[in-house]
Amino acid sequence: MGIQQTFYEAMREHGITRRSFLKFCSLTAAGLGLGPEFAGKIAYALETKPRTPVIWLHGLECTCCSESFIRSGHPLAADVILSMISLDYDDTLMAAAGYQAEEILEQTIAKYDGNFILACEGNPPLNEDGMYCIQGGKPYVEKLRRMASHCKAIIAWGSCASWGCVQAAKPNPTRATPIHKVITDKPVIKVPGCPPIAEVMTGVITYMLTFDRFPELDRQGRPKMFYSQRNHDKCYRRANFDAGQFVERFDDEGARKGYCLYKMGCKGPTTHNACSTVEWNGGLSWPVKSGHGCLGCSEDNFWDRGSFYSAVTDLNVVGQVESRADKIGAVLAGAAVVGVAAHAAASVISHTKDNNKGGDSHD
Amino acid sequence: MTETVTANGFKLDTGGQRVVVDPICRIEGHLRIEVNLDDENVIRNAVSTGTMWRGLEVILKGRDPRDAWAFTERICGVCTGVHALASVRAVEDALGIQIPENANHIRNLMMLAQYTQDHLVHFYHLHALDWVDVVSALKADPKATSALQQSISKWPKSSPGYFRGTQARLKRFVESGQLGPFSNAYWGSPAYKLPPEANLMAVTHYLEALDFQREIVKIHTIFGGRNPHPNWVVGGMPCSFSLNETGAINMEWLNLVSSIIDRSIDFVDQVYIPDLKAIASFYTEWTNYGGGLSGKNLMSYGDFPRVANDWSQDNMYLPGGAIINGDLSKVHEVDVRDPEQIQEFVAHSWYKYPDESKGLHPWDGITEPDFELGPNSKGTKTDIKEIDEDAKYSFVKAPRWRGNAMEVGPLARYVVAYARGDKEIKEQVDGLLHDLGLPLTALFSTLGRTAARGLECSWSAHKMREVFDNMLANLKAGDTATSNMDLWEPNTWPADAKGVGHVEAPRGSLGHWVHIKDTKIESYQAVVPTTWNASPRDPAGNIGAYEAALLGTPMANAQQPLEILRTVHSFDPCLACATHVMAPDGEELAIVKVR
Repeated sequence: MGIQQTFYEAMREHGITRRSFLKFCSLTAAGLGLGPEFAGKIAYALETKPRTPVIWLHGLECTCCSESFIRSGHPLAADVILSMISLDYDDTLMAAAGYQAEEILEQTIAKYDGNFILACEGNPPLNEDGMYCIQGGKPYVEKLRRMASHCKAIIAWGSCASWGCVQAAKPNPTRATPIHKVITDKPVIKVPGCPPIAEVMTGVITYMLTFDRFPELDRQGRPKMFYSQRNHDKCYRRANFDAGQFVERFDDEGARKGYCLYKMGCKGPTTHNACSTVEWNGGLSWPVKSGHGCLGCSEDNFWDRGSFYSAVTDLNVVGQVESRADKIGAVLAGAAVVGVAAHAAASVISHTKDNNKGGDSHD
Repeated sequence: MTETVTANGFKLDTGGQRVVVDPICRIEGHLRIEVNLDDENVIRNAVSTGTMWRGLEVILKGRDPRDAWAFTERICGVCTGVHALASVRAVEDALGIQIPENANHIRNLMMLAQYTQDHLVHFYHLHALDWVDVVSALKADPKATSALQQSISKWPKSSPGYFRGTQARLKRFVESGQLGPFSNAYWGSPAYKLPPEANLMAVTHYLEALDFQREIVKIHTIFGGRNPHPNWVVGGMPCSFSLNETGAINMEWLNLVSSIIDRSIDFVDQVYIPDLKAIASFYTEWTNYGGGLSGKNLMSYGDFPRVANDWSQDNMYLPGGAIINGDLSKVHEVDVRDPEQIQEFVAHSWYKYPDESKGLHPWDGITEPDFELGPNSKGTKTDIKEIDEDAKYSFVKAPRWRGNAMEVGPLARYVVAYARGDKEIKEQVDGLLHDLGLPLTALFSTLGRTAARGLECSWSAHKMREVFDNMLANLKAGDTATSNMDLWEPNTWPADAKGVGHVEAPRGSLGHWVHIKDTKIESYQAVVPTTWNASPRDPAGNIGAYEAALLGTPMANAQQPLEILRTVHSFDPCLACATHVMAPDGEELAIVKVR
């Protein structure tokens, strides 16, 4: 993902003389109200390797991805923005507005054609000629396409950009469409979640800057380092699941003892995410640890998989990365509620019965 | 003749130069503002256009009402949790569910933490750059900055070396020639009034606040599992207390909450409030601009019940009501169930009603999108150059209280509580006005709005301490319950039920209206703070709060919309909230999706 060309080299390639380049540097310094001594420093910087430019666009979304991003503890969001990347456009944070903001997009194409990262939060609606999301008087999807055609690679932040998320839930009235279905000729890395974990977001960016490439992706385009396992696989309540110790209703004895939330509708068994390993807000906790089941927010179409309080029955694992044959087998066999993981099914059945009798039996 | 007077008494002149600002940045969502300037660059007409629509209404129809909080929470990730809370309250109201005292305490704590974090981030990261010249900070003397800081606050991070460090970092950043989010902005404009030392202090705190806000939200993480978008549950809270067991909230996490509260109080009182006063003292002329509706019509539902399940204003830490025509001697009661009080109009919104001369109460609302530009707009349907505000011109509806356009938000809450004689609020307001040497009327302005938000941030940080102590007292008395699951199962519900849940969200009054039929959502409608504030005109000709507030403001340079940003940002716009529009009539919308 690194940028091979300096800004100076790019300008020279476009036929701009060194003299004009230096004049540009003086004007930039003067434009900022700075003295001539800054012109030389800016010239020096532009002749050396720049920080990777990032254009962060917002379509239909709720901005929870941006809010999550600024929660990152390592690295701090401020360090990412000031020292690692050059966040040249992000309408949520940038100082400029109106045409001064929009001008930056064309400037970026001119300076860094093919060399900037496009970070997409939210998605474009395609109904009503795209006019359910208007920016600068035009459909958002036009802006997305324009920037995508000149970028190096795309990060699809969150479940809106990756899958469609809440506005794409049935019947998707605006035809909100995930990025990879609109932009098909650029590499897209999906970082799903509603929102994704802060350190997962900064982890993806810093991986790309450090190793100069995308991290290894699964078949759905998600970085394996964060999405290759299910929350269930590394859940600290997994022992309770295996032992058949379940919460039967919120705030019951089982809830107070931190038992498994499977019967409360926890989607951990079908959700690929890093919540149970990285955890949230500086590794403090995560939904299951606080007593509520996983909503499955990093999975495609998680809004339309039944109530958040119904136990997982439609294990749609066929085709997903690293699903084990025994799980798929159990699902196909119609094992429904107990088919979460075949190896645990027996204990689930036996202890569900015990618990229903009011017993608190353990293995 | 281009001059008219609106029904709510504002003079408009649609002549002169038309200036378009799209996008308005440093907000949540997508907003366009157009203004007309007279020969002296004074704003004489203003048009507020919400430019996104997500259509969550049909999506909720037919779903389990216990799931609605998760859907509606995704209306907004900036004021995260506020829609979830309004939603569980609406469903509990419909089904007659009483929540335990601890659940009320936890919900209050989470909302107060939200106020504290959201107001802090708004001031430093969404609003400060309207007043603070980042580049000017390079010219500051770090010693003088240190002296300034020490003269206004006892905040320990105040040494010359500390400020020199930030300045050096900023210098390296600027010298790189890559200004990132500070590119192409308005640095050096004569509209910036702070001396370099104050700019350096504010830029330093921009970074400190960005770091500290992460701490405040950990209160959500403890009780709700994460932030943004913590978890909630109908009937109480999903977390449990487990004071003598392993597996739920125990003394260790309670201590962390307590520590976050202490640190939040310190940060707000020693950094935010002194900065606010210092910056305000250089911009007192902004008490003359941006008043708009604030001197006339203000509304708050009231929130933060002391005791669970009692919605009387006497029970609220922040009491609500409505002020009409600036008469502070009378606070009107607001009844969210009365079909005559809260109504939404669409004559100038991109939606259709059978009769657009009338408004509809949220329980009877309709949302059918109808995107069409007026005959006097310029450009094309997919390349709008100028909006025609005589026709439909926004994805935001026009909510009204008894026909009046209202302003909501921290300033509205503060004025209503002040008018009710709330002692804490009165003390805070009078203290600030005294320190700045300003009269009460100074509140009705851009600066007043920004100041009220700061005061409220301090109020909420301190209030967390009181609520937390009350919660511990309740635990000490032996009550550890966090949920009431008696009516959890759908077979315990009535066949038909209507409910309303309201929250005073950071940006203002939020209401969710739900209709449950045969255990499923039949209709759902939310009227949100930014719908009130960003409202377009209504059929009677009343203009909305943003539009009114922009009138009469002189611009230093018509090409640099700093003054527009100052006033619009003082409301803290949230457009994803304003334009999600939940409506009951899914059938009609189903036609629309065929297009």
